[in-house]
Amino acid sequence: MMAEVRRDPAALSRLGWALVALVLLWPLLRLADFQPGVLLDEGNLRAMGHFIGGFLPMETSHDFLTLLGKAMVETLAMATAGIALSLLLAVPLGLAMTRALSISRIGPGRQAWIGTLVRALVRVLLAVLRGIPELVWALLFVRVFGLGATAGVLALGITYGGMLGKVYGEILESTDGRAARGLLEAGSGRIAALLYGLLPQAGGELVSYTVYRWECAVRASVVMGFVGAGGLGQLMDQSMKMLNGGEAASILVSFLILVLAADGLSEFLRRRLA
Amino acid sequence: MRAGISPAGVFGLMLLLTAAAGSFVFLEMPLGALFTGSAAREAVAFVGRFIPPETDPAFLAKVGWAALETLAISLLSTLLAVLGGVALALPAAGRQGPLARQAARFVLNLLRSVPELVWATLMVLAAGLGPFAGTLALALHTTGVLGRLFAEALENTPRSPAEALTGLGAGPLAAFFYGVLPLVAPQWLAYALYRWEMNIRMAAILGFVGAGGLGALLYYSLSLFHEAEASTVILAMLAMAVAVDGASAWLRRRMAG
Amino acid sequence: MGFSLEGVGLTHANGFRALHDVDLRVAAGERVALVGASGAGKTTLLRVLAAALRPDGGQVSLLGMEPWTGSPAALRRLRARIGLVHQAPPIPPRQRVVTAVLAGRLGQWPLWKSLASLLYPLDPEGARHELARLDLGERLYERCDRLSGGQLQRVALARVLYQQPDLLLADEPVSAMDPALSELTVALLNEEAIRRGVTLVASLHAVDLALRHFPRVIGVKDGMILFDMPASQVREAQLRELYAAEGGVPMAGVAAAADVAAPPPLRCI
Repeated sequence: MMAEVRRDPAALSRLGWALVALVLLWPLLRLADFQPGVLLDEGNLRAMGHFIGGFLPMETSHDFLTLLGKAMVETLAMATAGIALSLLLAVPLGLAMTRALSISRIGPGRQAWIGTLVRALVRVLLAVLRGIPELVWALLFVRVFGLGATAGVLALGITYGGMLGKVYGEILESTDGRAARGLLEAGSGRIAALLYGLLPQAGGELVSYTVYRWECAVRASVVMGFVGAGGLGQLMDQSMKMLNGGEAASILVSFLILVLAADGLSEFLRRRLA
Repeated sequence: MRAGISPAGVFGLMLLLTAAAGSFVFLEMPLGALFTGSAAREAVAFVGRFIPPETDPAFLAKVGWAALETLAISLLSTLLAVLGGVALALPAAGRQGPLARQAARFVLNLLRSVPELVWATLMVLAAGLGPFAGTLALALHTTGVLGRLFAEALENTPRSPAEALTGLGAGPLAAFFYGVLPLVAPQWLAYALYRWEMNIRMAAILGFVGAGGLGALLYYSLSLFHEAEASTVILAMLAMAVAVDGASAWLRRRMAG
Repeated sequence: MGFSLEGVGLTHANGFRALHDVDLRVAAGERVALVGASGAGKTTLLRVLAAALRPDGGQVSLLGMEPWTGSPAALRRLRARIGLVHQAPPIPPRQRVVTAVLAGRLGQWPLWKSLASLLYPLDPEGARHELARLDLGERLYERCDRLSGGQLQRVALARVLYQQPDLLLADEPVSAMDPALSELTVALLNEEAIRRGVTLVASLHAVDLALRHFPRVIGVKDGMILFDMPASQVREAQLRELYAAEGGVPMAGVAAAADVAAPPPLRCI
């Protein structure tokens, strides 16, 4: 009756995965130049200690605070303008991606392949727009438009246009398309089918996602300044380069206030919408 | 479903339009100048300098190396963040009393609220230029994010399995590994993968402030007005983003199935 | 050894008074069944006996020790000697059966052994042995979420058998099993207690199971002990009083057990 106990069937694969992980970890550590020792290097410690030590007292002179306030408003304006710009890209591209709004698919029509091709191209375009990080766009635009918020707004508009367009398309795809199809089959146009067939169901989700993206845009605008594209980040970059701890601390605190306020506002808006 | 738009909705819409218009005015954006003929010609000339991308094998090797470095930064930082996140999530979920809970939550919020790029500038001071500073910066920010997500998962986990184990004399660590980890592991893993995906994108640009990876290469190329090289680096970033999108979609499908 | 309660009372955090002034003495090696309507306080009583709940009055002595007066380390050592089968098996669904059973000895193993066993089960033979007694030997390396409710309950039992406690407690251990399997499982618990000479206390929903298998039966009602006597002396009227609120005395039924065509064989090795 005593059957031999089977060996653990998972043991071999576990051992294999552990070995793979170990073998991979070594080159990873080398590639990332992983040397915790440098944190304790005397020169680094002194530089860091000096900088952190300068955090207190925080810089609170009237001139600096005025500058800071202006930079905070500029950051918020960049995020808002960026999202507004991105909508110009996202709405038409998102709609073009939506199969539920395709007239040529009904039947299917004679030249349905054209619609399919257009949708595929739009998909690729959106992938390129959002595949390049907003900071890279900003770095490029700074070269064209010079230092300042314009580059940041355009960069946000392009990247977020790509993200919003894709998600709009996905949301519209996943809503029940029967109402829209019924309208299209009855001969209505695409815009009418959107307004009467899809938006009543998907509207809340679309707005809620846009608000969430606005919150992300505030976070993104905060750091745009590191490549010279305006906002709080530009002040931060200058203070850091001059190792001015007191200014850096004030800016860090206003960072936190801004981000937390955007968090709170976005959560409030989304709760209202839900 | 409501029919039409409510008065509150109209008011909200007006408010939003005003905010958007106000933003453009405040920033003094030369929107008109963007769409003039000379601006268009300038833009075309600018784009022209990026074509064709640099394909010199030596430079391609450099880009490949930087891409590997970016991958290493993202992987290592996510790994470190998982460890740090777990260590902070346990007290943050209230398992070591209310005082430890408040303290851990404060630390997590602080880590999370400071953007990666700001951490990177600080870490460049602490660890010198190079990928190690980028790894630390991403790890710090991600620890804050993962710690909070991990703690939420812990709070929503039934306690009876771990309590049963302490009831038969198991120590707190053994009870955690046998009674809690198996319950939360799938969700923790999903969160870690999602953050890794974001960290690859972030790792690619941390180089702008001197923290290694593809970003450093792009920054140098653009500073030296080598647009062709820059365009190769941007293409590499794009390829990585697409690859990560595909890989994570595949992983998610596998984990769900 | 065995255990004794003197004047034990307990009020839950929500203000519900679960135990009133309970006096109970059980000698080493005795086998006792707890019966009573649901909500009568059986689970609370068992958790006090498992040193998992601290009563707010009275004296508790378990296996010759007072659990709530010694050091935390002493309490842990005491708990390692007490095994409790929970009513709902507290086993993570994604855990493998072998790990769930081996977890029974976590109170006795040093930490390094517990952690190592998580990666590679250190005593699969021991786990299989206990599972085989409950006819689950073949499921050793399966994940617990593949098992039925009754099978999971048997895994929880195997865990406690593997723990080899000096005080064996069971809270409705057969609630998810059919009558035939219940009969065999309760018999197995008694057999284990007799073979190892340890104390057994089990709460059972089905009164006839209690009367057939346990020498001593205790009726619990409203947090108090209504009767405490040899099984042979329990009378119909006492049971009716015990279950007055439920409108009937719950039975597993012997006939039903006999009706089952082929009861799964319980291999006793």
